[in-house]
Amino acid sequence: MFDTIKIQKDFPILKRKIHGLRLVYLDNAATTQKPKQVIKALVDFYSKHNANIHRGIHTLAEEATKMHEEARGKIAGFIHAATPREIIFVRNCTEAINLVVYSWGRKFLQRHDEVILSESEHHSNLVPWQFLVAELGIKLKFIPVTNEGLLDLKVYGKLLTQRTKMVSVVHISNVLGTVNPVEKIGEMAHKAGALFMIDAAQSLPRMPIDVQKINCDFLAASGHKMLGPTGIGFLYGKEKLLEAMPPFLGGGDMIREVYLDHSLWNGLPYKFEAGTPNIADAVAFGAAIDYLENLGLSNIFLHEKKLTEYALKKLLAMPEVTVYGPKTAEKRTGVISFSIRDIHPHDVAQILDREGIAIRSGFHCAMPLHQKLKLPATCRASFYIYNTEEDVDQLIEGIKKAIKTFKI
Amino acid sequence: MDNLYRENILDHYKNPRNFGKLQNPSASLKLYNSACGDEIEMQIQFRIHPPAGGSKFIIDDIRFSGQGCAISIASASMLTEKVKGKTIEKIQNLTTKDILKMLGVSLSPSRLKCAILPLEVLQKTAALAKEKENKV
Ligand SMILES: Cc1ncc(COP(=O)(O)O)c(C=O)c1O
Repeated sequence: MFDTIKIQKDFPILKRKIHGLRLVYLDNAATTQKPKQVIKALVDFYSKHNANIHRGIHTLAEEATKMHEEARGKIAGFIHAATPREIIFVRNCTEAINLVVYSWGRKFLQRHDEVILSESEHHSNLVPWQFLVAELGIKLKFIPVTNEGLLDLKVYGKLLTQRTKMVSVVHISNVLGTVNPVEKIGEMAHKAGALFMIDAAQSLPRMPIDVQKINCDFLAASGHKMLGPTGIGFLYGKEKLLEAMPPFLGGGDMIREVYLDHSLWNGLPYKFEAGTPNIADAVAFGAAIDYLENLGLSNIFLHEKKLTEYALKKLLAMPEVTVYGPKTAEKRTGVISFSIRDIHPHDVAQILDREGIAIRSGFHCAMPLHQKLKLPATCRASFYIYNTEEDVDQLIEGIKKAIKTFKI
Repeated sequence: MDNLYRENILDHYKNPRNFGKLQNPSASLKLYNSACGDEIEMQIQFRIHPPAGGSKFIIDDIRFSGQGCAISIASASMLTEKVKGKTIEKIQNLTTKDILKMLGVSLSPSRLKCAILPLEVLQKTAALAKEKENKV
């Protein structure tokens, strides 16, 4: 049994009152709240173990180094990577994608090479590639989304050519909650001789992922969207590929030998981790992974699926409300974008805030998708492990209040 | 904030005044609030006062168009009413405070941007009109 009431007790922030009311937090696609186990891991690290890593031989340095590497090991286990050397710590999903663009892209791409993305990408898996268009003259192609918001794989098949060197797509859309068939997309990419990268910012928090089974070459994610602290994320890359890539940043920790005129690089994963890393947040990210594994990712997926189904049914029954993306929970999870006739999303978000309900309004960092589907700015409610049907009911009540306020 | 969606704000939002386009504007300009996708265009037509060789620029007519939340649309609508017949100098001297007074509400920093966008567009449009006139 998925015990949301017990889970809620682990999240101190859920006791907060907003304008005197119970907090209903439905902005989880932006960032999730943190359980006390994660907060404790942070406090414990700074209270008992803090030191710089890989440098000292004193007790604290040994402990901190061990804890940092244990966290890396937890991530490797969580995504079924072949070895922890394939896990590079970065600040967030955005930085992970940039690392691939700057290090792999600059070395291995040339003028006229093609990179395939999709029309539903978050800006983080689009803007960095645009840099390479300007710098190297590569070409970007886009897998179109259907009116329902699903990727059109027929067209994708035709986009693949001998020039295609990389296919990089979002796993779960942060706007529509659609789950893209990454195994199939990757298989097609590999058949065409291209590499395959997944933006797992929204999927890793809510479904089991096995990078070896999916057979992706790179995968990017952020800790803060899966109970971890902000400022820590990781890039997974197949060892062979990472070995062939040049460092991203230069400095301490990423080198083995340094001379005045040249240096020899360190091995994986340190080659990509220049300077003192975010040690405490990595350790706390490890605690977040423990928490998620304890709940079980399949259970989390099922819980959100049920909530999404429940919310979809209620929202679709309101004549003033338009829901975007698939109308059933079959091909989507966790995230619902909607609008209310004649009320701007800002105003909806503001009125809901007065009711203690936190949602997001705007373009959600996916402006091209909004343009393609001719969506205005939208309201977005996104769920996580501590959300309940009661939260959805309150959302619906809040929407009714907005409709009443605006007398539409 | 409780009275944010007061009757007069909702009224201006639902029935914006001076909404549309001018036939022959002296200047027009459109700006976006990229964070939320609000978009406001202002068009103004001015006359010189006194008519022969005067030095004052007076807003003769004004229109706005675009889309946005209740706050930005109401702010634009009220602003167009407020500045008709006023000199460009006077418009350039308007501040955030004047807008808040006009709206009669207090706003959080993120909503302030919505309220201020119309004034920003208007002031830039006015500057554009004056620049054009000086070139002639
Ligand atoms: C699908 C998707 N990709 C990438 C990102 C970027 O994550 P971050 O801002 O943590 O780098 C987000 C976060 O909003 C996202 O939803």
